[in-house]
Amino acid sequence: MSKKPTTKKQVETTGHSWDGISEYNNPLPRWWLWTFYACIVWGVAYSIAMPAWPIFASGATPGLLHSSTRADVAADIQKYADANKPIEEKLVATDLNQIANDPELVDFTRNAGGAVFRTWCAQCHGAGAGGNPGFPNLLDSDWLHGGTIEQIYTDVQHGIRDPLDPDTNPAAAMPAHLTDGLLDQTQIDDVVQYVLQISGQQADAAKATAGAEVFANNCTACHGEDAKGMQEMGAPNLTDAIWLYGGDQATITKTVEFGRAGVMPSWSYAPEGGTARLSEAQIRSVAAYVHSLGGGQ
Amino acid sequence: MALLDKHGVIEKNATLLLIFSFLVVTIGGIVEIAPLFYLENTIEKVEGVRPYTPLELTGRDIYVREGCYVCHSQMIRPMRDEVERYGHYSLAAESMYDHPFQWGSKRTGPDLARVGNRYSDAWHVDHLTNPQSVVPESVMPKYGFLKHRMIEPTYIEDRLKTDQLVGVPYTSEMIANAKADFAAQVNPDGETDGLTARYGAKVNIRNFDGQPGISEMDALIAYLQVLGTMVDFSTFEPVASR
Repeated sequence: MSKKPTTKKQVETTGHSWDGISEYNNPLPRWWLWTFYACIVWGVAYSIAMPAWPIFASGATPGLLHSSTRADVAADIQKYADANKPIEEKLVATDLNQIANDPELVDFTRNAGGAVFRTWCAQCHGAGAGGNPGFPNLLDSDWLHGGTIEQIYTDVQHGIRDPLDPDTNPAAAMPAHLTDGLLDQTQIDDVVQYVLQISGQQADAAKATAGAEVFANNCTACHGEDAKGMQEMGAPNLTDAIWLYGGDQATITKTVEFGRAGVMPSWSYAPEGGTARLSEAQIRSVAAYVHSLGGGQ
Repeated sequence: MALLDKHGVIEKNATLLLIFSFLVVTIGGIVEIAPLFYLENTIEKVEGVRPYTPLELTGRDIYVREGCYVCHSQMIRPMRDEVERYGHYSLAAESMYDHPFQWGSKRTGPDLARVGNRYSDAWHVDHLTNPQSVVPESVMPKYGFLKHRMIEPTYIEDRLKTDQLVGVPYTSEMIANAKADFAAQVNPDGETDGLTARYGAKVNIRNFDGQPGISEMDALIAYLQVLGTMVDFSTFEPVASR
């Protein structure tokens, strides 16, 4: 190991000495000192250029650059709104059924509609549109209210059973058969067994036979004679393995006893003096997006 | 350099050093902080922000108690992606009655500054009871127990008075009627004129959790449903210099 050069001894000391220990008076490193000075200059220049000094009662100095985060974000939003404007106008002008034939619109609705879906629809229908208990799967071809693009568009526009929108889809609600006294507990147990039977699940045959009559008298108006559902009523097919709330005995019993009336909000509804949550172009793009997911008819 | 030579006096006297250090820090503090107290536009004036109703305030306390702020912020920043997703950027006035504010700085879950009126009460009940039932990929814990914890507004007057002490403009009438307002907000069939007269016609009056009685779930949902809905943005003109 080589010894370090001992030139430092030539540096002056500060002149103090405590317990025989004295202190070198080395200058600050140049790079550090100049960075320090540069920061001071930058600080002064910044406070002149940008909004900085508070003035009593009247706000802050605006700064020479008149910088404003609010103006920036408004300009940023406007920039993309302007860029999207031609294609949004084209989308609004195009017949819903023709969207899928226009590659430009397909590309736009896949992205813009996907963005709308993930912001406004994913919380209930799931990020991948696979649905959740009580909120339908939008990927399959089992549609409660219809899977044509016009129907999807209308349902997005006005919602399902949204009390605020007079044009909402007034799909019939599943009545609360027990609490409203429409059926007694035995009839409910029987009809549940019948539903289990027609959906191909384990069921008590004797009860199911009795349940068939209950079903014929009470349920066919909405679910149909064959129990395959009716889209104009929003009544689901009960013979398949697809369930909105659940197909086990306990859930079906609960559905029959207390009813169901899922609500989808109206996205074009605007409260007085307010604006709708989604624009016409956004509604069209999300309808096209949902239609393109696989189940569209 | 006569003055600098005297610096040794301060260095050698601890008390003097403390006094002078304190003075320097005080000057810095006054220059930086004091103008904000007198600046009229520190909190920009907007229409519509009102103190929380007793039920909402109780819900807010539950929000704080459960540590919701650990994962959820309440501050939409002025950036395009945030504004497009959550809505109008937050204004200072919107949290002026929050003690303490819930701005937060970390998002594990989404921002909640404008969650009010975005979902139905039933969605909130489902989601709080079992978040994964509506958002399978969610890591949020379950808060179903809130439904079973019934609450009495025992100390609600004192709670309002405490906020009044730190500047929330609760009137003596609001404090006197706190218990009645607390119960009125979950009972749309009952007498609600007093509540709307004191807190405005826009107050949400519903049975938030859909079950009888007033549970913590009612209070929390009442709070969530008012978040970010007070300001009427159709009449709001942003000051561009901010």
